[in-house]
Amino acid sequence: MSSDETASERPLLDVHDLEIRFPVTVGEGWLTRHRQEVRAVDGVSFSVRRGETLGLVGESGCGKSTTGRGVLQLLRPARGEVMFDGLPLHDLWVRRGRSWAWGPELRALRRRMQMIFQDPFASLNPRMTVEAILAEPLRNFGLADGSDRRARIQSLLETVGLDPRMIRRYPHEFSGGQRQRIGIARALALGPDLIVADEPISALDVSIQAQILNLLQQLRRDLGLTMLFIAHDLAAVRLVSDRIAVMYLGRIVELADAVTIVAAARHPYTQALISAVPAPDPVAEQTRQRIVLEGEVPSPLNPPAGCPFHTRCPLREERCRHEVPVLREVARGHTVACHVA
Amino acid sequence: MSEPEAVVSVSDLRTYFHSDDGIVKAVDGVSFSVRRGETLGIVGESGSGKSVACLSLLGLVARPPAFHPSGEVWYGGRDLLRCSERELEAIRGDRLAMIFQDPLTSLNPYLRISRQLTEVLEVHKGTSGAEARRAAIAMLERVGIPDADRRIDQYPHQFSGGMRQRVMIAMALLCQPEVLFADEPTTALDVTIQAQILELIADLQRSAGTAVVLVTHDLGVVAGSTDRVAVMYAGRIVETGPTAEVFACPRHPYTRGLLASTPRIDTPPGSHLEAIPGMPPDLGHLPAGCPFHVRCSRSIDRCRSEYPPFTRLSATHAAACWNMEEPS
Repeated sequence: MSSDETASERPLLDVHDLEIRFPVTVGEGWLTRHRQEVRAVDGVSFSVRRGETLGLVGESGCGKSTTGRGVLQLLRPARGEVMFDGLPLHDLWVRRGRSWAWGPELRALRRRMQMIFQDPFASLNPRMTVEAILAEPLRNFGLADGSDRRARIQSLLETVGLDPRMIRRYPHEFSGGQRQRIGIARALALGPDLIVADEPISALDVSIQAQILNLLQQLRRDLGLTMLFIAHDLAAVRLVSDRIAVMYLGRIVELADAVTIVAAARHPYTQALISAVPAPDPVAEQTRQRIVLEGEVPSPLNPPAGCPFHTRCPLREERCRHEVPVLREVARGHTVACHVA
Repeated sequence: MSEPEAVVSVSDLRTYFHSDDGIVKAVDGVSFSVRRGETLGIVGESGSGKSVACLSLLGLVARPPAFHPSGEVWYGGRDLLRCSERELEAIRGDRLAMIFQDPLTSLNPYLRISRQLTEVLEVHKGTSGAEARRAAIAMLERVGIPDADRRIDQYPHQFSGGMRQRVMIAMALLCQPEVLFADEPTTALDVTIQAQILELIADLQRSAGTAVVLVTHDLGVVAGSTDRVAVMYAGRIVETGPTAEVFACPRHPYTRGLLASTPRIDTPPGSHLEAIPGMPPDLGHLPAGCPFHVRCSRSIDRCRSEYPPFTRLSATHAAACWNMEEPS
C-alpha cells in the first residue's frame, strides 16, 4: 500500500497479530486437574480490501472459525488489533464488573458486520416465522417500519432466491438449502459492509452446496460485499475467494491469491492439503502423487516448539524444532511461514 | 442371476418404513453385486437410500418402523434376508463387517478398547485370553495406532477422531471378513486424515482380497477409491458402471449434475457451477414417474408418468432414464 493512502484504498478489515485464548481445564484426577489457557489463534495478521473475498482454510482446530469470531468481536482478543474501516474494534470494549462487554460504538458497528453460520438448523429460531426472523435485525436498528419493513423483507427473500410469499412460514417448513438462504438473507438485512461466512456450505448436500456457492458469488457481484469465507474445503473456498490464507495450529502458514495458492504452493502443509483433496476424476486420482502426512495435528494445549508443523513435516530441518518461522514474502502478494520452502 | 465370482449379490432389495406420511420407500428395488478384491462405491445425497440399503442387507434396520426388507441378498449360498437373527449374528462382524461414519456412536464408551476387540474374537473365533489380546494388538499396529500395547487399555474417548476410526477398522478386520461395508467412513475426518484412512483401507484390501462397499456422498472419494460405482437417487440406483467410465461419460442427468456441482481444486476461481436446481427428494412425497424429473433439465412428458427401465449401455454400464445424456 502506498504511503499516501486514502480512505478508499485503505483495507476494510486489517487484522494485526491477533491472539485469542480460551481457558480450559486439563487433567483428569482432582489432584492433577488445573486451569490452563490455550491459544486458539496465535498471532494472525491479514487484511481484506473492500469488495474482496478472503478465504480462510484449514482443518479442524486450526483456529479459522475462532479467527472469524475474533474479527467480529464475538470473542475478545487477548492481543493484537482488528481495524475495521479505520476503527479499532479491539479497543471498543468496556469493563463491566469483572468482565468485558461491547461498548456503544461496537454495538452500533454491528450493523456493518454480519455472520453466516454453518448450521442453518441451529441458527434460526424454530418458533419464529421467516418474517419475524428477518424483522428482528431491522427493528433492533430502527430501520424500516410497518409496510416498509414487509416490503424490505420480501425483497430480501427475492435477493437470496426464495419465494417472497413464504414470509409466514417457519424454519422447519424449509429444506436445509432454503434455511441457509434465510440465514444469508438475515445477514444481508442491514446492508452490511463485511460478511463473515463460517463453513456456510459444509452441512449441505452436494447439489445444494453448488447452489449456495453460486448465490454467494452473485451477491458479491451485485452488492459488492466484502467477505471472509471460512471453510475446510479448499476447492469450494477457491471458487469464491480472491485470496486464500491457509491456517495450521492457530497461525497462518501461507497466503496468496486463489490461483497461486494451488498452482505454486510453497508451504509443505499447503502442498499436503492440496494433494489430499480428492478430485472427482478417476484418471487424475490414479496418476496423482498424494502426500500422506504422518501423524495428527498436535494439541493446541501443548503446541510443539519451533514451527507448529514440524512434527508432521516431510521437509523438517534441525532449526524447525526450535525456531518459529515468520511470514515472509516469496513473491508479490505471496507470503509463507517456513524455513525450508 | 449373480455373476460367478460375486461375493455378495443383492437383487431387488426394498426397504419400506412406516411414517406419519404413510409408507416411505427408502430403498426401492436395488440390485448390485461385489466381487472379491473389488471396491464398489454407492454414492448419493441425503435421502437417496444408500445407507439404508447397506444396513438392511445386514439386517441392521430397526423393525418397526421398517418392514422386513424384500428381495434377495445372496452370500455364501444363503439368502441373508431369510436367515434367522442367530445365523446373521454369526456372519456379521465375522464374514461381513461394517464401519460407520461416527466411530463414537459405534464403540462402547464404558469399555476399554481391549475388551471390545477381544470380544469379537471370542464370539466369532473362540480365541480368548492372551492370544486374543495379542491378535488385537497386532491388528491395532497394522492400522497404524502407535504404542498399541499401551493404548489398547484406553477408553474410546481417549482417542482422536482419526484414531477412533482406525480402531473401528481394526475391529471390523479382526476376523478377516470377506466383505467390508464402509458407510461414510471418512466424512467426519479432516482431509489429511481422510487420505490416511482411505490409503489404509486400500492397503488392507490389497493384501487380504477383501471386497469393499464404500457408501459416500463425496464424488472425489468415489473417484479415488472405487472400481465400480452405483449412483442412487430417491431409493433407486439410477446409473452404474466402472467408475472411470461413469465419470468420463455420465449418461444419467443426475450423475452429470452431481459431477458439475462439485468444485474441483483446479476449477477457475469465480466460475459459475452448473448446479442442479431444486432440492433432494422428500421420500414421503415423491412425484409420479421418475422422481428426478422435477429437477431435471432433460425431462420429457414420459418422465412425469412412468419410471424409466434400467437400460444397458455396455456390458458393464447401465442407467435408468428416458432421455439420457449424449455420450461425450
